[in-house]
Amino acid sequence: MSIIVYTESWEEKFRKSTFEAVSYASEVAKMLSTNVIAISFGEESSEELAKLGNYGAEKVLACNQIEKGDSEATSNFLAENSIDANIIVFATTNTSKMIASRLSAKIKAGIVSNVIELPSEVSPVTLKRKSFSSKAIEQVKVNSDKAIICLASNSYGVIENHKNCSIEKKTINSSENIRFKGQEIANGKLSLAEAEIIVSAGRGLKGPENWKMIEDLAETLGAATACSKPVSDIGWRSHDEHVGQTGKAVAPNLYFAIGISGAIQHLAGVNSSKVMVVINTDPEAPFFKSADYGIVGDAFEIVPKLIEEIKKIR
Amino acid sequence: MNILVCISSVPDTTTKINFSDNGSKFDSSGVQFVINPYDEFGLTKAIMLKEKHGGKVTTITVGELNIEPVIRKALAIGADEAVRVNMSPKDSYSTAVEISNYISENTFDLIICGKESSDYNGGVVGGIIAELTNRPFVNACNGLSITQNTANLYREIDGGKENLEIDLPIIIGGQKGLVEESELRIPNMRGIMQARTKPLLVIEPKMNDILTESISFEKPSERGDCKIISNENVSELVSLLQNEAKVI
Ligand SMILES: Cc1cc2nc3c(=O)[nH]c(=O)nc-3n(C[C@H](O)[C@H](O)[C@H](O)COP(=O)(O)OP(=O)(O)OC[C@H]3O[C@@H](n4cnc5c(N)ncnc54)[C@H](O)[C@@H]3O)c2cc1C
Ligand SMILES: Nc1ncnc2c1ncn2[C@@H]1O[C@H](COP(=O)(O)O)[C@@H](O)[C@H]1O
Repeated sequence: MSIIVYTESWEEKFRKSTFEAVSYASEVAKMLSTNVIAISFGEESSEELAKLGNYGAEKVLACNQIEKGDSEATSNFLAENSIDANIIVFATTNTSKMIASRLSAKIKAGIVSNVIELPSEVSPVTLKRKSFSSKAIEQVKVNSDKAIICLASNSYGVIENHKNCSIEKKTINSSENIRFKGQEIANGKLSLAEAEIIVSAGRGLKGPENWKMIEDLAETLGAATACSKPVSDIGWRSHDEHVGQTGKAVAPNLYFAIGISGAIQHLAGVNSSKVMVVINTDPEAPFFKSADYGIVGDAFEIVPKLIEEIKKIR
Repeated sequence: MNILVCISSVPDTTTKINFSDNGSKFDSSGVQFVINPYDEFGLTKAIMLKEKHGGKVTTITVGELNIEPVIRKALAIGADEAVRVNMSPKDSYSTAVEISNYISENTFDLIICGKESSDYNGGVVGGIIAELTNRPFVNACNGLSITQNTANLYREIDGGKENLEIDLPIIIGGQKGLVEESELRIPNMRGIMQARTKPLLVIEPKMNDILTESISFEKPSERGDCKIISNENVSELVSLLQNEAKVI
């Protein structure tokens, strides 16, 4: 009756969302007086695999690297190894959801994504998730014996809980359907999903040439950069920076909105941020109603001062 | 090439979300429904592929009679025919089972879902259909081209994108990048007229299991008032972020 966790890595290191999922799973395991088994499909070193034990995994089934993008082989292996498990935990990343959704149909387990809290009950599994583009929190009950939980990033946290963790190597074959041709890495950029701080800017910046100060502010803070939808639509910034209801949903500890008006579609993707700061020339900009701190002023004056002030404390 | 586009009908993005019956139901009164934004990219892509390779574009939606205006809009944009499964969607699994039943009785080379629906944000219907109909699945797909019987795809991952090649038939979960925002088709007068007479087939659901159930909804807790800091005093903001909010 162990709890199974799917793990995901990037460039041979586990993602933060994986450590969150393992932390979460080990708390659910406590509720059920059982243990956590993590399953990996990457090329992580034994040292990296052992890190899963720091967050509560007692065993890792470490499969050989399979063709990237292959959700069939991974979900097959997970199905075979979760026969005795009633709860399987994933992160809510694209890759996790691709595999989790397949698995859910394979083992007929109700699947709940964007989960933000521990289950309030474990039988039947009942928990809360973000819904309606974070405009609502929905309570969901799982009717099937097995449940798949996909945990939203930055909602539970990484919690240390050391366990002696054994590693068992497994061999699996890729399915023949998918041929991996390569990957393009968004170079030098911090991932929006994992960033603790995001510096985001909108049409108020007037043109792409003015983003240098945004990048400088982000660099000073160790933050990722984001933008509003029109900014990526007109090509000032790349699409992967677009946040909001139709872009990425993010939930950092700190979100800076600079020259962004605060349209409902923008807020829908960012209002799970713990603290929001607005810088806008227009005191009537709707964003001020949703933020925690605000400065009414010109970004071109405020941002350079802000960088200077932050450098003083860093 | 036969393409099926799964279209979910969702509240317009400007909707203020409210709940009725003590927070147990989404209150749809006065709400304008639209094609799920992610599905709009898929629909336009399907029409462009048909223009290039020939074939037919069919849409399928699980929903009751009141969503037909959304289906007609998809027909006006350029789908050839539409299917409606006459059932109010209850959960991802039962919705996917109904769509899979229809797929199994027909032949499609390409099935396009959206990355997620902007109401319940499950992001799982496409994967469930893929498993039930035994096809390869690529989600968060932001690039697709087809040569003969092979699809070349891009998939967004955290940190970059993957390039994959798969033989048809396949299922994708699409998003922006399949086509650009500026390429999105909108209905013109001729399309709207034609849509009135295009086939809209209504099929009855085959009852199936519901695996997850929505019990109640609440609004996220409100933020306190926004603290306004004078633009002469940027250092105060930094000090508040450091000492009060403790986020830097
Ligand atoms: C279906 C649909 C989906 C959408 N999805 C999204 C989404 O996912 N994400 C998203 O962001 N938007 C989305 N939108 C668009 C959204 O409605 C807004 O149009 C958009 O968010 C506005 O972007 P903005 O705030 O950058 O620009 P604007 O609304 O033009 O605001 C610019 C702001 O900058 C301020 N400003 C100007 N000069 C300065 C200066 N020197 N210093 C400081 N401030 C200044 C102005 O006062 C203004 O408030 C969507 C719209 C639709 C219809
Ligand atoms: N009721 C529905 N009818 C048809 N397609 C749907 C329905 N619900 C979801 N889908 C499809 O599945 C995708 C993902 O939805 P979801 O898993 O609900 O986030 C959507 O973008 C649609 O393509």
